[in-house]
Amino acid sequence: MNSGDINIILPEIFLAVFAMAALMFAVYGGKDRLAGLMFWATAGVLFLLGAWIGLAPAGSDVAFNGAFVNDEFGRFAKVVMLWASAVMLLLSRQYLEKHNLLKFEFPILIALAVLGMMLMVSAGDLMALYMGLELQSLSLYVVASFRRDSVRSTEAGLKYFVLGALSSGILLYGASLVYGFAGTTNFAGIASTIHEGDLGFGLLFGLVFLSVGMAFKISAAPFHMWTPDVYEGSPTPVTGFFATAPKMAAAALFARVVHDAFGGAVADWQQIVAFLAVVSMFLGSIAAIGQSNIKRLMAFSSIAHMGFALVGLASGTEDGVAALLIYMAIYVTMNIGVFAFILNMEREGRPITDIKSLGMYSKVEPARAAAISALMFSLAGIPPLAGFFGKLYVLQAAVDAGLAWLAIAGVIASVIGAFYYLRIIRHIYFGDEVDALDGVMPVMHKMALYGAALIMVVGVVNLFGVQPIAADAAASLLK
Amino acid sequence: MDNVLSLVIFLPSLAALILMVVLRGEDAAAQRNAKVLALVATLATFLISMPVLINFDPLDTSFQFVEEYDWIAGLKYKVGVDGISILFVMLTTFLMPIVIGACWSVTHRVKEYMIMFLVLETLMLGVFCALDLILFYVIFEAGLIPMFLIVGIWGGKDRVYAAFKFFLYTLLGSVLMLVAMIYMWFDAGTTDIAALMQHQFASKDMVILGVSVVGGIQTLLFLAFFASFAVKMPMWPVHTWLPDAHVQAPTAGSVVLAAILLKMGGYGFLRFSLPMFPVGAEVMANFLLWLSAIAIVYTSLVALVQEDMKKLIAYSSVAHMGFVTMGIFALNQQGLDGAIYQMLSHGFISAALFLAVGVIYDRMHTREIDAYGGLVIRMPVYAAVFMLFTMANVGLPGTSGFVGEFLTLTAVFQANTWVAFVATTGVIFSAGYALWLYRRVIFGDLIKGSLKGILDMDTREKMLMAPLIVMTILLGVYPALILDLIGPSTSALLENVNTAQGLVSDTAPQAPAAH
Repeated sequence: MNSGDINIILPEIFLAVFAMAALMFAVYGGKDRLAGLMFWATAGVLFLLGAWIGLAPAGSDVAFNGAFVNDEFGRFAKVVMLWASAVMLLLSRQYLEKHNLLKFEFPILIALAVLGMMLMVSAGDLMALYMGLELQSLSLYVVASFRRDSVRSTEAGLKYFVLGALSSGILLYGASLVYGFAGTTNFAGIASTIHEGDLGFGLLFGLVFLSVGMAFKISAAPFHMWTPDVYEGSPTPVTGFFATAPKMAAAALFARVVHDAFGGAVADWQQIVAFLAVVSMFLGSIAAIGQSNIKRLMAFSSIAHMGFALVGLASGTEDGVAALLIYMAIYVTMNIGVFAFILNMEREGRPITDIKSLGMYSKVEPARAAAISALMFSLAGIPPLAGFFGKLYVLQAAVDAGLAWLAIAGVIASVIGAFYYLRIIRHIYFGDEVDALDGVMPVMHKMALYGAALIMVVGVVNLFGVQPIAADAAASLLK
Repeated sequence: MDNVLSLVIFLPSLAALILMVVLRGEDAAAQRNAKVLALVATLATFLISMPVLINFDPLDTSFQFVEEYDWIAGLKYKVGVDGISILFVMLTTFLMPIVIGACWSVTHRVKEYMIMFLVLETLMLGVFCALDLILFYVIFEAGLIPMFLIVGIWGGKDRVYAAFKFFLYTLLGSVLMLVAMIYMWFDAGTTDIAALMQHQFASKDMVILGVSVVGGIQTLLFLAFFASFAVKMPMWPVHTWLPDAHVQAPTAGSVVLAAILLKMGGYGFLRFSLPMFPVGAEVMANFLLWLSAIAIVYTSLVALVQEDMKKLIAYSSVAHMGFVTMGIFALNQQGLDGAIYQMLSHGFISAALFLAVGVIYDRMHTREIDAYGGLVIRMPVYAAVFMLFTMANVGLPGTSGFVGEFLTLTAVFQANTWVAFVATTGVIFSAGYALWLYRRVIFGDLIKGSLKGILDMDTREKMLMAPLIVMTILLGVYPALILDLIGPSTSALLENVNTAQGLVSDTAPQAPAAH
């Protein structure tokens, strides 16, 4: 270790120190009286870190003998994760306060989860990968059961923990197989043992187990079973958080592992990823049709969307990785807007999650109704909204890579999926009139909802220039 | 003047934005302001679009008024018109003020209603002007959103079912086209439509999953585009969404749907399917001619037994669109000219017919044919107007309907005589259902008590009909007005198609015969 290494990992160290210092400060200071301050401080730190990383000069650095990689790809994912987490933190504050959950541990746990994610997407070694993944997961298990007096919430946390531990075990088993057959845990080292695309039996086994573990983390079918229950049971801000930063992290991690460590054997993992993609897209789209709980519906929607993102990865090309990054960035933005809305679905102070309760919402709150409808059309991938362009780039990557069948499967699944997004719009604009939702939306939430909707609409102009940045990021991963 | 096309395209949206931001309230004054602003905006759009028509050079078969800007990586914002698209642009700008006029009696969420139509106008104009493949797709699909909301919010009793059916049907058709477009982008390395027309897509026969595909990639691409345009058109047997959507849509929605949105399918065939996949078109042509003939006869017969006026006109639209596809895939000059002529003429006639149904629906709130009878006694002006458009719908010489049908039938007679024979019987059936409808609604005794107090068309309604009457008769007696404009472009298109097909049969003599 030398000072150069420290410089490369400085943002992560800064966040770790902040989390520990904040914990000490709050424990010995005012405890939950400081919770509000903690939210603001953590969100501020996350936001500034995002700006710091985003403005960092181009180029790739490797630290700790290749265990930590700081490249454009990692930085792209980190900026998305940091900013999304900062926004979700600010959105959760009022909700948690209203439901007596405003505790100082929450922002600190989120900060630690984000730290884990940052390590994940920068991992250049199976050990580093696992440490990042576990740091993230353990923090998330705790926040899932944050409402300790609720059976649903604790059930969600427990389910997440048990299944998460199982998947971590599978992932570790895969990692040990890879180590056994490659003789190293370093990604570059693993890649160098692959000759002319021939993985060998042991490495192939290891790759399959690793993929299963990661598929669980991104909630790709058929390893998605925890998602609907955890989404439904967790407090809504936590669900919103699950749907944003961790998804980006897991997707980026998946891309990192298959390209950095197994980039020489594209054909082998392409089959696995394509299978996961097809199953996720169809399962997510079809299973969501029967849902009436909006949080469960968003869970299935996330499964379908992760399937779509994996189509990009399955193409195994630089364009595919760029498409994955664009897709995830747009997806995260949409989810921030949608959850800003769901957080305020309530009647007389009680949270409502039934989508029928949105009946004729457009009469009560025309502006909010228009914004959430724009987001739903965008989630369905209808042009000219930004969600369509995410899909366009993914499909383009797939077709260019000769996976036209995967693209066709994807668009058919997206038509099936369009049905349930339309159903929400249908309730909002021409459903049966019900007692109106009366949640008073805080300014922050309004900004997030309208901001996200506006980004989806205005994105048609040039996608805010995200495409070339993502292309650079993808190039840095595949160089 | 450089950006006149963009101005035409985006002016309605600009008005919609102003409406959205500035206008508040739901009282009568606010509603009136919304309608007036929308009317002014659509009229202004029409006026600005006039110079495009006047300065258009019909002999120049390349794209004119071209504007090109960089868009998202690899894609371009490129618009322009040629002889094929310019008249659709004009049709849209001409009809939209009438559509807005037809909304005057709406009192439910007027502001949103106007916004929807203004946005829809931008999208429709965009479809006809777009010269970038992906830009075309984006605009083409975006039109689903306002139409979904128009049917869903302002529609009739079963509007939810109709809105979903319309949306999902057309979306499923289009997404396959999207994959095909991405493949074309990959294969040709460009999304510029003008460049793609020059690009030769592979047409070597291939075997997929044991099925041999004559014409190879071109046939597959053709089929993918066909899936989208056939649904949009709509062609039998994927037409079933149209009657539902028409019946449930409000009057203005029906007018837009029948008069303009249906034309996107035919325009798509002319813009993409023919010039880009000439071999695929040749392989499929005979099959499509028969589909069209079946559509003409079958939907005419179905129209005969309808009890709902709008449904009857909707089925008659499907039959008339059958003439369009028949003309296009006859693959000769008369056919292409006739197809475009038929689309324009149907734009005026179907708009007028739906407006005519709207007139009595506004008074009686029913579209049941049985609820009417003997209207000529109370509504002489209405009876005369309805008569004119019924005759135009039948294709009476002297009306625009005749020219289109005659040209397409002549064309198909050269291509496939049996198809022409079958399709011509459809003309007789169309006379049957149209005249029978007229007899049941207008003639007979006025025996229903509820009809005793019905009033004739008021000034607004007459003003809406007047331009349509003028156009129907003008195009009926002076077809050169249109044919001179589109002729050079269609013959250039046909020449390209023939050259491309000739090239292929020269280099690969084993490749495709028509079957």
